[in-house]
Amino acid sequence: MAQTLGLKAYFRLGIQAKMHIHWGVSAWVIALLVLLPILAVFGLALWPQDENIWPHLWETVLGHYISTTLMLMLGVGLLSACIGVSTAWLTSLYEFPGRRIFEWALLLPFAMPAYVIAYVYTDLLEYAGSVQTYLRTVFAWQSPHDYWFPPIRSLGGAIAMLTLVLYPYVFMLARAAFLEQSPSLRDASRLLGCSAWGSFWRISLPIARPAIAVGLALVLMETLNDFGTVDYFAVRTLTAGLYDVWLNMGNLSGAAQIAVVMLVFVLTLMGLENFARRKQKMFSRQDGFRASARIPLQGSKAMWASLLCTLPLTLGFLIPFALLARHAWVYFDVSWTPTFFSHAWNSFYLSSLAAILALVLGVLLAYGKRLVPHPALQVGVRCAGLGYAMPGAVLAVGVMIPFSRFDHALDAWMQASFGISTGLVLSGTLVTLIFAYLVRFLAVAIGSLDSSLAKVTPSMDMAARSLGCQPKEVLWRVHLPLIRPGLLTAGLVVFVDCMKELPATLILRPFGFDTLATHVYQYASDELLEESALAALVIVLVGILPVILISRAIVGQRRT
Amino acid sequence: MLKPSLLATSLLAASSLFSTSYVLAQDEVNVYSYRQAFLVEPLFAEFTKQTGVKVNVVFAKAGLIERLEQEGKHTPADLLLTTDIGHLEEAMEKGVLQPVQDEVLEEHIPAHLRDPEGRWFALTTRARVIYASKERVPEGEVQSYEDLADPKWQGRICTRKGDHPYNIALIASMIAHHGEEDAKAWLSALKSNLAQKPQGNDRAQVKAIKEGVCDLAIGNSYYYGKMLENPEQQAWAQAVNLVYPNQQDRGTHMNISGVGMTLGAPHKEAALQLMRFLSDTKAQGMYAEVNYETPVKADVPASELVASWGEFKADTLPLHEIAAQRKAAAQLVNKVEFNH
Repeated sequence: MAQTLGLKAYFRLGIQAKMHIHWGVSAWVIALLVLLPILAVFGLALWPQDENIWPHLWETVLGHYISTTLMLMLGVGLLSACIGVSTAWLTSLYEFPGRRIFEWALLLPFAMPAYVIAYVYTDLLEYAGSVQTYLRTVFAWQSPHDYWFPPIRSLGGAIAMLTLVLYPYVFMLARAAFLEQSPSLRDASRLLGCSAWGSFWRISLPIARPAIAVGLALVLMETLNDFGTVDYFAVRTLTAGLYDVWLNMGNLSGAAQIAVVMLVFVLTLMGLENFARRKQKMFSRQDGFRASARIPLQGSKAMWASLLCTLPLTLGFLIPFALLARHAWVYFDVSWTPTFFSHAWNSFYLSSLAAILALVLGVLLAYGKRLVPHPALQVGVRCAGLGYAMPGAVLAVGVMIPFSRFDHALDAWMQASFGISTGLVLSGTLVTLIFAYLVRFLAVAIGSLDSSLAKVTPSMDMAARSLGCQPKEVLWRVHLPLIRPGLLTAGLVVFVDCMKELPATLILRPFGFDTLATHVYQYASDELLEESALAALVIVLVGILPVILISRAIVGQRRT
Repeated sequence: MLKPSLLATSLLAASSLFSTSYVLAQDEVNVYSYRQAFLVEPLFAEFTKQTGVKVNVVFAKAGLIERLEQEGKHTPADLLLTTDIGHLEEAMEKGVLQPVQDEVLEEHIPAHLRDPEGRWFALTTRARVIYASKERVPEGEVQSYEDLADPKWQGRICTRKGDHPYNIALIASMIAHHGEEDAKAWLSALKSNLAQKPQGNDRAQVKAIKEGVCDLAIGNSYYYGKMLENPEQQAWAQAVNLVYPNQQDRGTHMNISGVGMTLGAPHKEAALQLMRFLSDTKAQGMYAEVNYETPVKADVPASELVASWGEFKADTLPLHEIAAQRKAAAQLVNKVEFNH
């Protein structure tokens, strides 16, 4: 049941007793650490070493960059929201053929890196691709001037590709929210005369809105900093412009400034969303409700539901997977290397480690924020997630800076005190890389954990505390078990994101260290799709394993 | 929970676990490469076979110079390998490369293909040529980069994006030869002759000619050889003639792939050994035979296939002048909205 409580009033007592202050401080320290690379990028932007790039951009391409970026975000955002929310709604409330498969299979496209799906669809849909070739033989067209076919390398193409691999964010979070909603609310609304639609619009959707907003924010941030797809499709977004300014004009400060502008844009967007639902607060009581029976759909309704769920699954996963598998099979000899297992292992353990650390830090931050609702901490935690909105390569430079400062300072101090040169202790090691993953993907963990934690009613805290639990016991014995689905989701998303991560891995990795993604990129960057298909396929396979396991665990938990 | 101090300690402990010991080993060379590792690995394998020195590579297309800058004198990297003059000059300007004075290198590599102070050396040169449809473009119809601006080619030219380093270098050479105003007019006219929005890589342009999307394309010469040896792409290459532009005047625009030694190179000797090897007959021959690039060492012949495309005159414009116009070239691309 949703209820509103004087949360702040309750916690203020805690502050007065100074009981939670160390939680707040540690959360702040973590947030600050994670913020360092972003501050470094701000430093590059605010104290520029290079000439001012803005007059040139303003006179030439800036307007185009901005409008393209906005249209891309709008397109991907709208489509992802529609697909994600509708499929989540169907699979969590209705019974129709294939529902039990769709429940987890709709997450599969998430394992597909955006740049890979872009290559695959270009191969299929471009002029020389099998689709157009087939159309030409059927209709006896001779040249590209004889007919019109939507160009895949276009803004529309980029919107389609990014939507297909990003909608699972919305699906995942919206589904968790729908499942966590008490069915009695919907029952009540129906009894009071709402239609099924009315109940969806007026009850379920508003209650799920925070979760959907989190999912959508992740989609939009990922869209904003995507480089692989827009570069391949020659779509000129701000990120594409950033790379041009950096690499061709040799203007790193200008690139950092563009990154900062993008960040501010994201912050504004998130601020607006928060402002819009500033008066809402929702908690659910998890104790009283039973999992409601799903409503069976009959006849054409069932068919439409199945069809709607099949579509994103087919386009986002089955087709690209089949094409990759075909390439991998045909070109097995050229693409197989004995180092494959070590690449896969590298990807796997780095991603797992990063996912676990992200969970630990994410819980500390989200719980610290719950215990100490001080504005400074709220802002700190929010900022800790900013790395997600920054293009990976820029963030990588931002990560290098504090590490190398630390290493050089340590070296100088050791030289001065003991006459020993320690050289670079952390820079260029996997520590840097894992830290970069954390900075980049902590937002994903915090978002998911925060929205789960927010649904746990404070009366739980109060009850546990009055029964003599310390805050950490409350966390361990009450909150963590309650938010287990949220924990699993957060870990899963960070894991898969790390598996796919490319720009930061490329720049920061140690010598001789390859992951599946960097291996794919070697070939993919030369547009040699066939040679890279096998490795891409393995990324997807390693990625879907936890997707299936964890989503089954989440679903299983709901059933009990 | 983790206390900050505990966190720091565990990070340190973890780092000693991860941190690699190669920094002290002397039988290794570490290379930062802007060039795909799989393209240079056969060369490194041969080097290791000859000398027993292992070569470790980190490949990325962005950020390696920044990494060198941050690592400073403690960098674990010995060499920086690039596919274009731009990155070499940028690294040099940022002061992350050290001068190498070596008679062997100077004997292998002609003076105009290296920095006078020895901070970078070219290893191969590559011509940026025009590919013309065999069917639709009579031989001799296009002879120079300047010809590409002729309105008769309207809707008939394909190229990759204007802000790719290869095109940036070509545009920079146009600025160096003609001045910025004329170069702008040329680029703008070229833009209005394009058959489609710039996209894809150099091979994709040749493919587009084969498919009838356009009749002319700009691309690097070695892709011609690469496509001829690929069963699927053979037909693309066979649909075009390779034209070395500007044979009547200054010659064809050339770019380089090259190498420089980092300021803090921990394995200086082994690194120098590798540089010598890469510029010597064996490796130069491999560059020519495997990658169809033009060797810099005078007595190493181009591959038979490349030789069969005929002798050509190369533009002798000093490379640093191209590098100097890079930024202006990148801005010109924006000014004529080349990519839109």
